[in-house]
Amino acid sequence: MNIELLVKMANEISEFFASESPPARAAEDVAQHLRSFWEPRMRRQIIAHVRATGGAGLSELARHGIESLAAAEPEPV
Amino acid sequence: MFAIDYHDHGTPAPAAAGAPVTLEIDGQAISVPAGTSLMRAAALAGIAVPKLCATDTLNAFGSCRLCLVEIEGRKGYPASCTTLAEAGMKVHTQSQNLSRLRRGVIELYVSDHPLECATCAADGHCELQSMAAQVGVTESAYAPGAVHRPLEVDRSNPYFQFDPQLCIVCSRCVRACDDIQGTFALTVQGRGFDSKIVASQAQPFLQSECVSCGACVESCPTAALSEKSLTVGRPRTHAVTTTCAYCGVGCSLTAEVGGTSDAPQVVRMVPNRTGHANHGHACVKGRFAYGYAVHPDRQLKPLIRAHITDPWQEVSWEAAIAHAAREIRRIQARYGRDAVGGITSSRCTNEETFLVQKLVRAAFGTNNVDTCARVCHSPTGYGLKSTLGESAGTQAFTSVTEADVILVIGANPTDGHPVFASQMKRRLRQGAKLIVIDPRAIGLVRSPHIEADLHLQLRPGTNVAVLNALAHVIVTEGLTREPYVAERCEQPSYQRWKAFVSEARNAPEALAEVTGVAPELVRRAARLYATGGNGAIYYGLGVTEHSQGSTAVMALANLAMATGNLGREGVGVNPLRGQNNVQGSCDMGSFPHEFSGYRHVSDPQVRGLFEQAWGVSLDPEPGLRIPNMFEAALDGTFRGMYVQGEDFVQSDPDTHHVTSAMAAMECVIVQDLFLNETAKFAHVFLPGSSFLEKDGTFTNAERRISRIRRVMPPRAGYADWEVTMLLARALGYPMDYHHPSEIMDEIARLTPTFTAVSYEKLDRLGSIQWPCNEAAPEGTPTMHVGQFVRGKGRFFTTEYVPTSERVNGRFPLILTTGRILSQYNVGAQTRRTDNVVWHAEDVLEIHPHDAEARGIADGDWVGLTSRTGETVLRAQVSERIAPGVVYTTFHFPQTQANVVTTENSDWATNCPEYKVTAVQVVRITQAEAWRTRAAQERSAARPRDAAHA
Repeated sequence: MNIELLVKMANEISEFFASESPPARAAEDVAQHLRSFWEPRMRRQIIAHVRATGGAGLSELARHGIESLAAAEPEPV
Repeated sequence: MFAIDYHDHGTPAPAAAGAPVTLEIDGQAISVPAGTSLMRAAALAGIAVPKLCATDTLNAFGSCRLCLVEIEGRKGYPASCTTLAEAGMKVHTQSQNLSRLRRGVIELYVSDHPLECATCAADGHCELQSMAAQVGVTESAYAPGAVHRPLEVDRSNPYFQFDPQLCIVCSRCVRACDDIQGTFALTVQGRGFDSKIVASQAQPFLQSECVSCGACVESCPTAALSEKSLTVGRPRTHAVTTTCAYCGVGCSLTAEVGGTSDAPQVVRMVPNRTGHANHGHACVKGRFAYGYAVHPDRQLKPLIRAHITDPWQEVSWEAAIAHAAREIRRIQARYGRDAVGGITSSRCTNEETFLVQKLVRAAFGTNNVDTCARVCHSPTGYGLKSTLGESAGTQAFTSVTEADVILVIGANPTDGHPVFASQMKRRLRQGAKLIVIDPRAIGLVRSPHIEADLHLQLRPGTNVAVLNALAHVIVTEGLTREPYVAERCEQPSYQRWKAFVSEARNAPEALAEVTGVAPELVRRAARLYATGGNGAIYYGLGVTEHSQGSTAVMALANLAMATGNLGREGVGVNPLRGQNNVQGSCDMGSFPHEFSGYRHVSDPQVRGLFEQAWGVSLDPEPGLRIPNMFEAALDGTFRGMYVQGEDFVQSDPDTHHVTSAMAAMECVIVQDLFLNETAKFAHVFLPGSSFLEKDGTFTNAERRISRIRRVMPPRAGYADWEVTMLLARALGYPMDYHHPSEIMDEIARLTPTFTAVSYEKLDRLGSIQWPCNEAAPEGTPTMHVGQFVRGKGRFFTTEYVPTSERVNGRFPLILTTGRILSQYNVGAQTRRTDNVVWHAEDVLEIHPHDAEARGIADGDWVGLTSRTGETVLRAQVSERIAPGVVYTTFHFPQTQANVVTTENSDWATNCPEYKVTAVQVVRITQAEAWRTRAAQERSAARPRDAAHA
C-alpha cells in the first residue's frame, strides 16, 4: 500500500492521542488503535517502514507507537 | 384520502392523557383518558360519528357541523370533535334532529359538488360520498345556483393534482401543511362563496412553496387533492405495511396494491398513521418516488464478462453464480485468502447485511468486509462507543417534543430528514430554542414560523474548534452540571477535559479567526445550551465527514455529559443517519473489525460464539476498510470483491483514485438494481431486488427496527438475501434459510442487544428500538438512563487539528457538499422518478461576492477544480453560503462531484473528508469541451495510481 498514506494516517492518529492520553500511555494507545483497526498487511508495512527508515515522515509519537506495536507483532519471515 | 385499511378516529389522542373517565355513548359505556374528544371516544367504541373537517392527524377544527351530538342535560348540539369526554356524560350520536341537521349540511355541500362519483378517483373512498350515503342524500335539494365549476385542474405537480371543483374547503389540507408538515404553503383565499384553497400566492403547486410531502393529499376527504396514480380503473385490492427505503427516519408506509395476483402493482404509497417513526407523515421521496422499482433501466438478468472492456454477456443465474464463485476461489488460490472482500449496503435489510458479512467472514474466510456507513457515520460509531459505550443515537425521535434547546450541527433536516424535521419544527413553533451550527444557512435558519435563535456560520473544517469554544464557555462560566458528572462520569477524564477546554487558546475569542464565528455568538450559544432546560443535539454528515469527524462526535458527547443532557427524554446526542439502514448495517457486523453488536473480532469469547454457530474458524484480525481495499487493489494484494447495493465509484471521494483501484481488480461482483457507475468496473452483475420485492427489517436512526414486507415478487427471480445464499452455496458454504425471519432469529441468538427481537414481536408491536433483550423485552426508547452503557461516561480531550486541505492562491475557495430534498444520495433511485422536475442537475452555490469577482452570473456554467480533479456544473448565486465557501450536491453522475473531493479522511475511521475541499471556480463558455477534457483526464490515472495499475 502507499506508504505515504499510511504515514499520514499514523501521524493523524498520533495527533489525537498526543493530547488525549497521558504521555506515558500515548504510544501504547496509538499501538492499540493500530492493532484494533488496521489490517495486518497495513501494520506490517508501517512496521517495515520504521525498521527500514527509522520512521521517515512519522511524528515522534507515531514512531513510538509503531515501535510499541512492532514489539508485540511477530517478525516478518 | 387516507389508506384503504385505516380507520380514522376523528381527533388525535390527547397529548397528555389524563386519568380515565367513563361515559356512555349510544347506551354503551366506555372509558377513555381525560382530554379525549367525544368523537374519538365514540370511534374507540366502534361508533362512527359523521364528519368531514376532522381527522385524527389534525387538531379539531369544528367547522363542518356534521359531527353534532346530543348530550343529556345540555342544550343544543355540540360538535363532538371539539367537546371533551367527561365522567358520567350520556351522549347520543343518532336522533331525528341530528339526522335532519346533518342532512341539511350535506345537501349544502352536495349542491356545489359534482356527483359523477362513478368516474371519480375517490369513488368508494370519498368521505363526502360516504357521509352523503349515511344521511341518505343522493342529490341536491337546492335549486340550481352559482357553483364552483368549471374550474381548471392544477396538474403541475408530477404526483398529484388539485381539482378545485371537488374541493369542499374543509381546510384539512391547509392545516396539514401547517401543523403536520410545517411549510405553510397553502391557505384559504377569499371569504364566503369566494373561498378557495391556493398554494403560495395562488400559484400552481409546482411553482409554489409546496414541498410535495403529500400531507394535504392524504388529509383531503374528497378527490380534490389526489394522486395521479389513482386513475379510474386501477382498483386497490389490499394494503401492505412496510418501511421506506430512503433516509434514516425510516417512515412506516402503507403500499396500496392493485393489479393481479400474478402481477401486483403499487397503486399508491401512503404514510402509516400508526407508524412509530413518522406518525402518519411522509416526504416527497418515500410518498411518491417509488417508481424506480419498475423503471425500464432495471437490469433483470445476470451478466458476466472477462474484462471490463468487454461487452456484457447475459447468462443464467446458475452460470453467473458459478462463475463468481470460481473467480473468488481462483483469486484466493493465486493471491491469498485475504485478496478478496465484500461490501454490505445500508440500502439492504438487516438480514441481508448480516448474511453478506457472514459470507465474507465464514465462506471467504477473511474479515475484509465493510459497508457504505464507512463513508458517512463510522465516526458516530467510534465516538459514541468511546464516550458513552454504545455506537448509536441516544433517543427516540419523539424525544424532541420534550426538548427546550435544540442544537443542530452539520445537518440539514428539512432536506435530508424531512419527516423528522417536521416534528422538530412543531416543537420549535411551541417555543423551543434553536441553535444552528453550519457553514450554510440551512432551511431551519429561517423559514415560515421558524427562526434560529443563533446561527453559528462557521468555516468548513472547524467543527472541533467551535465545540471546544462552546465547552470553554460552559466550563469557565461554571455552567457544568457537577452533581450529574460526579455521579455518572469518570472523574480523571473529566478533570483532564475541563483543564483542556479551560485553556485560553480554546476561548471563543482566541478561535474566532479560525472558525469565522463571532465570539459573542459562541458564548450565547453555550449559555443557551447549558442553561436552557433540556438540551438536545442533532447532527449529521457535516460533523462526521471530516478529518476530525470522530473527534467532533466525542466533543458533542462531552458537551452533553458536562451539562447533564443525557439519559432522559428531551435531551441526547442524536446522529441523523443518511441511508435508511445505516444504523442496521453497522449493528449487523458490517465493519471489518467487529461482529454484530459491535464486538471486536479479536475477543476470543465472542469469536468462539460465532465459530460455534457458523461451524468455521474465524480470523481474529481486523480486515480492510473500503479505502484500504482501494489501496490494496492498487498494490496488487486485493483482487476481488462482492459489492451488494453500493455505488462507490459515484459516492466515494477522489473518483480518479477509486476508478484506478477498481480497474486493477480481477473480479468485481456487483449486485444492484441498476447498472450503476461501479458496474462499469464489474465482471459479474447480479440483479438486485427493491424494498418492495422482499421481506426483512430496517433499523432507523433512533435504533428502531421495522419490518419491510414483500409487496411483489422479486422481479429478477431472487431477493438479495437469496442471492447471497446462492453464492455461499457455490462457494461450498451452504446457508439454509427459508425466510428472513430465520436470519433474524440467528442474529438474536448471536447479538446481546437483539436477543428478544423476533418477527412475531415486530408484527405485534409494530417496531422495536434495540437494545431489546431480557432486561428490555419491548425495547429501549431512551438509552443511558441511570448510567451509561460503558458504566461511567468518559470525556475525551478533543484538540483541534486543522485539516491538511488548505486554501491557497490557486484554490482559494472551500467546497462543501450536501444533499437536497428531492434527490437521494447518488440518485440511482430518485433520478429515475419524476423528482427530477425539482432538481435535474447538481448546481454550485456560490456567494454573490465570489461570483462577482469571477464574472459569474446565476445559471452560468462554471468549472470547478481541485487538487484531485475538475468538473463542470451550473452556478447558483446564493447568500445561503458565506463568502469563500461554495456548495454542491453529488446526486448526478454527469457532474460526478466526487471527482474533486480528496482522499483525506477521519483519523479514527477513514470516513472521507467530503466536507472540505480547496477549489477554484471559473466561468466557462464551452461546457461540453470542459466536460470532455475533464472526462479524458479522469480516465488517465495519476502517477501514484498508475504505478500500481
